Amino acid sequence: MNTTRFDFADYLFRYSIYCVSLLMILVIAWLLGDVFIKGFSHLSWDFLVEEPRSSGRAGGIAPILTSTMLILAVALITAVPIGLSVAIWLAELTSSFGKYQQPLTGFVGSTLDVLAGIPSIVYGLFGNAFFSVYLGLGFSILSGGLTLACMILPVFIRTCESGLRAVDRHWRDGALALGMSRVTTIFHILLPTTKPAILAGLILSMGRATAETAALIFTSGYVDRSPDSLLDSGRALAVHIYDLSMNVTGGDANAYASALVLILMILIINVVVQAMLDRWFFANTRIIRSTTSTHQ
Amino acid sequence: MAYLINQSINRLDRGAFFALGLISLICCSLLGMVIWFLFHESLPVLRGSHAGSFIFDDSWFPLEQRFGVMPMVWASLAIALGATFIATPFGIASAIFLAFYSRGPIKSTFRLLMNILAGVPSVVLGLWGLTELVPIVASIQPPGTSLLTAVLVLSLMILPTVTLTSTAALSAVPPQFLEGAQALGFNQKSVILHIALPAAKAGIISGVLLAIARALGETMVVLMVAGNVVQNPSGLLEPVRALTANIALEMAYAMEDHRASLFFSGLLLTLVVWALAMLSTRFRSLDGRTQ
Repeated sequence: MNTTRFDFADYLFRYSIYCVSLLMILVIAWLLGDVFIKGFSHLSWDFLVEEPRSSGRAGGIAPILTSTMLILAVALITAVPIGLSVAIWLAELTSSFGKYQQPLTGFVGSTLDVLAGIPSIVYGLFGNAFFSVYLGLGFSILSGGLTLACMILPVFIRTCESGLRAVDRHWRDGALALGMSRVTTIFHILLPTTKPAILAGLILSMGRATAETAALIFTSGYVDRSPDSLLDSGRALAVHIYDLSMNVTGGDANAYASALVLILMILIINVVVQAMLDRWFFANTRIIRSTTSTHQ
Repeated sequence: MAYLINQSINRLDRGAFFALGLISLICCSLLGMVIWFLFHESLPVLRGSHAGSFIFDDSWFPLEQRFGVMPMVWASLAIALGATFIATPFGIASAIFLAFYSRGPIKSTFRLLMNILAGVPSVVLGLWGLTELVPIVASIQPPGTSLLTAVLVLSLMILPTVTLTSTAALSAVPPQFLEGAQALGFNQKSVILHIALPAAKAGIISGVLLAIARALGETMVVLMVAGNVVQNPSGLLEPVRALTANIALEMAYAMEDHRASLFFSGLLLTLVVWALAMLSTRFRSLDGRTQ
């Protein structure tokens, strides 16, 4: 191979690809470095536990963190059970439709794909019209959380569904041969094995929900007080960053600190969810692991 | 006894089937509800005397009942297509790097960086654009918040979409194709340009269409760095206002016809993004057929 003569065009191509990739790395490093350096210089414990003063220029983000967590909690508590139900139904329970199964799941699937592609600002419009005005929830954490739930549902369902479909058919056959009902099979065999996919779906959805701004501006509102109840308006962290950088002159320092908190929060949530799910599914996965190891 | 147990199990299964089916049905009707609410809220302006004004009014003065959205439609298209125009070559080059020119820790680090970039909230990207890029552009021509700035930040946002989908498409090219070409004496450049890229074409186009859809629907970046002046995009350094940014800016105080026209622009946006997503799926299934 080393006997080939020097090929200038090939050499040029290779190094231009290297250069472009290096440029991409530098730009990403510029972005991340900027957020981390400017963010860390203003980040302190006080910043996390204080109330914002003079519309966020000074003080901290404590009530905003509370609102963000509450909005996220509402979104997840709504979306996860519904999402898992739909995924289970789509992947496991539609076989009794016979020849109509394929078109039916195809239709539901493509509906979900369209929903996943709808821009978040449109979810904001829908949330404002439906939750805030039609259902009369007003600008509240509840309507913001429910709007986010609608937004993350399709992604979560699709990830869980593909995870369930990837489970080997023999596992279902084995469970059936042991006389297990469908429901038992789902809870004790399929869901534990699908854990990585459910986890991936959760992390993806929470990342999207935490980062979301446009859908929340006119559903959960702008108020930066600490919320008294779920029907109170609350400002999410992403909305806070937007407000500080656009509408508050001299808010950039705190905007960067909030941006750093937002990114760190997404990372921490990922780690915590991973640990929680590990513990939750521990018993079941252990049984399955021992079975697979004897099987192989 | 065994029969009884069996019965009760079946009843549980049947119950689960109906209950979960009902939930799925409700979940599917969400799409219908979204479309219906957008349509319903935009009815006043569609039925009223302003139906033609979206296209024929020269500009957007909602307080004077002039709802010409075309300048913002052009701005949205210019921003989205400009961002795609920049992100596509860079994204494909990064994908070639990932698929052919890197291995081991460099490959996994580069992939990790792309995944991190994909996870950076768009509002953070907007903040970065506002404090880092806008002053640079402003030094050429104030105010700095412009079409160009929005295109640059947005191209960074959709770069991971293009890179990751293209990498997947390139990695899915059967290795026999590449080995055959190598055996025929192709150098690596020709293998990539003449064998791998054409074979992965459908997958790459699908990813690019997805990126255009994301760019069109993106709100925060264009809201923060595009300048928000309603005008036809005439130059790269001119401030413009995109359709999504307009909704975010005016929704807070819009009433009646004004509010309805904002919902109408949301409906318009949804339909365009829907069409793009369908095209993207078509291309992806094409990819499956060629292999």
